Amino acid sequence: MTTEPRIAAPEPTRDSQPYWGALARHELMFQRCADCGTWRHYPRPVCTHCFSLRSEWQRASGRGTLHSWTTIHHAYDSALRGETPYLIGIADMEESVRLACRLVPPDGMSPSIGLPLRVGFTDQAGGFTLPVLHPAGG
Amino acid sequence: MSSTLSTAAAITGIGEVGYSRSAPEQSELALELGAALLAISDAGLQPRDIDGLIPFGPAGACAEDIITNLGLGDLKFSAHTPLGGASAVAAIQCAALAIHAGLCRHVLVSLGRNGMERKIGARLNAFPQFKAVREFEQPSGMSAPAQLYAPMARRHMELFGTTSADFAEIALSTRLHAMRNPMALMTAPMIVEDHQASRVIADPLRLFDCSIESNGGAAFIVSTAQTAPDLAQHPVLVAGVAEGHPDEPLAISQRADLTTLGTARAAERAFAMAGIGPEDIDLAEIYDCFTYIVLCQIEDLGFCEKGEGGAFVQSGVLRPGGALPVNTHGGLLSQAHMAGYNHVTELVRQLRHAAGPAQVPGAQTGLVTGFGDMGDGAVAILRRG
Repeated sequence: MTTEPRIAAPEPTRDSQPYWGALARHELMFQRCADCGTWRHYPRPVCTHCFSLRSEWQRASGRGTLHSWTTIHHAYDSALRGETPYLIGIADMEESVRLACRLVPPDGMSPSIGLPLRVGFTDQAGGFTLPVLHPAGG
Repeated sequence: MSSTLSTAAAITGIGEVGYSRSAPEQSELALELGAALLAISDAGLQPRDIDGLIPFGPAGACAEDIITNLGLGDLKFSAHTPLGGASAVAAIQCAALAIHAGLCRHVLVSLGRNGMERKIGARLNAFPQFKAVREFEQPSGMSAPAQLYAPMARRHMELFGTTSADFAEIALSTRLHAMRNPMALMTAPMIVEDHQASRVIADPLRLFDCSIESNGGAAFIVSTAQTAPDLAQHPVLVAGVAEGHPDEPLAISQRADLTTLGTARAAERAFAMAGIGPEDIDLAEIYDCFTYIVLCQIEDLGFCEKGEGGAFVQSGVLRPGGALPVNTHGGLLSQAHMAGYNHVTELVRQLRHAAGPAQVPGAQTGLVTGFGDMGDGAVAILRRG
């Protein structure tokens, strides 16, 4: 699904480029310490667990559960005002990192803590792809 | 942890100017300097006495602006404490350190703000700690503080049964204080139904859970405690002060526990430095960018247990005449959004016993907090000298 231009494209850094590159291929990848194996997000140079500067990118399961959420009724970005109200979900992913992005439940489904989720992808007109959370099986 | 910093510094001057919600006639720099001059005069000092500066920054006035305008001949110390809304209280710590080390004697801490024309997004983007949100969350439509903080409030509600009516009590008690304050911009009476009828901004936060935008300038002077008795006002001593940072301070979404702030860590250190506990506090000025943030800090400060903030505020303790009057000036919710610089000036005014109709009778010891994106906290405990 491609939508009209509406929001500025993110500006990836050397640390985060693989994350955005994977999303563009409709893959969810997280950074992982090449020494101790600890996953991390958002992308950054150092492993907080063992302080290694060596990392690799690995495909994530795309599964998680809902940690918290908000329904946004007033969009700060005027380009998004036509989309309100929209839901934002914060998910505990299986890799023990969090993902924060749009949450799209089926009509009539209320969010709740622990709701099983799976990640999807929405291509944006600005030439980038955002993750989106769906209820698992939904 | 005891510290020789306790009572080494005093807040000796305060100044506030131009609180309004119309387009400002003055620049942000003029507002900042106007407040600075009032604070210097209030202390009984001359501009040449100022030998340290901590302007709000970033993207606001720099030390060089202030030197140039006030003709400061020999500035010995300058710094920024870029903790967002925790900057003012963090600046108290920074100023006290510089004074205690003997680097300088009178530090001017100042802010000018054009909140009506320079909107929150532009201000936030000036903060380096906003970069993770800008790259990873803003594209999905979460960037304004209400949008970022709402999931913290939602999580608290789900875990502890906190309700929107609890948030309403904070908006109401703050408004009751504002109605006693001649500088407050929002003084119309408010009832719970008004709060509940206000539109939802980012669920669960309604319009009346949000601080107001406004213009103005606010400043205060931190001086050596030794000189304070010789100055114009009754001394107000810095008994304890600390800053605290949460894990994962770049993004709220990544924080292990969404229901605590850096305030919890700062509070423990500030109380230890002052040698007192929450039960010794006569009044508190608690950073109130949103009602929920007040509730969360009340818990983090130890006034009640985590999760009990709703019941605590519903008992009415925050109101005028309550056991713990909070935001006696009307706060960011009802007085003006001066990024918490007005919380410091108000606590000083209260401890001088110069707060007029808003005065908490006999106030001896008070607490002031700052809270900044994405969870940094600062706490100062001030004592009437």
